Amino acid sequence: MKSMNELLAPDNSHKEWVPLMELATREVFEMMLGCKLAAQPEIAVDGSFDITGMVGLAGQMCGVLTVRCTAKSAVLMSSKMLGTEPAAGSQDVLDALGEICNMVAGNFKNKVAGMGDGCMLSVPTVITGNDYSLHSLADSGALEVRLLFESMPIAITLQIHS
Amino acid sequence: MKSIRALIIDDSSVMRKIVERSLRQAGIELTQVFEAGNGAEALGVLKENQVDLILCDINMPVMDGLEFIKQLPGVANAKDVPVVMITTEGSETHVVQALSCGARGYIRKPFTPEQVREQVMPVLGGKP
Repeated sequence: MKSMNELLAPDNSHKEWVPLMELATREVFEMMLGCKLAAQPEIAVDGSFDITGMVGLAGQMCGVLTVRCTAKSAVLMSSKMLGTEPAAGSQDVLDALGEICNMVAGNFKNKVAGMGDGCMLSVPTVITGNDYSLHSLADSGALEVRLLFESMPIAITLQIHS
Repeated sequence: MKSIRALIIDDSSVMRKIVERSLRQAGIELTQVFEAGNGAEALGVLKENQVDLILCDINMPVMDGLEFIKQLPGVANAKDVPVVMITTEGSETHVVQALSCGARGYIRKPFTPEQVREQVMPVLGGKP
């Protein structure tokens, strides 16, 4: 059984999509949360992310896009989106991360030529905790972007099924 | 621009709150905000209430946004209410499909309050 980090290990297939993933993510945070994301120079895999938003892609592009962050980051994201102070672990926090993931996935696929019409998104799912294993039919490894949100790391990962 | 009554249709309660917040940030004064989680719920809301503007997602369970627009002329007190779509589906095909079904505007997620204003104000008879 592979761990989440092993399964989401970076891969070079479709690496030309990485800048589009980064741009799609930056746009979502700038437009919906009013904040700029900073680059994270060191790509370090760690187990500190304890909340994961997931959206499936189906059609011409099949796979799973995840947005992973800490619970503290998720609360702050929710606060910036809603203009309120939601409690950690509340439904608003989970839903906000799901919506962010959904918008990143949608914005990304709209930037990939020909995918706007040819790729559908699933309803977002949010997982809390980091002690789990994810099994996917994706067979092309993963593309990953790591950025800093208010000095806290977030990881955006796309697993592609060829 | 007078204060308006708006109906926000989205299966995500968080997104409904975000849309309402964006309307207010865009300088649109809201007298009353109704919410619905899908097109069928929205038709029920419209049978009981009068609104001036409808903001509607496309991908929703039970009844999606396009089917909702097609059924809107059947609601006597809502058939002339402008509908602006707010959706992640941003391709030209989706835009054309929504506009041909009767939508008056189209906002792609993610969006800024300024983009909301640009799409909403003209359909309310104001300047963007």
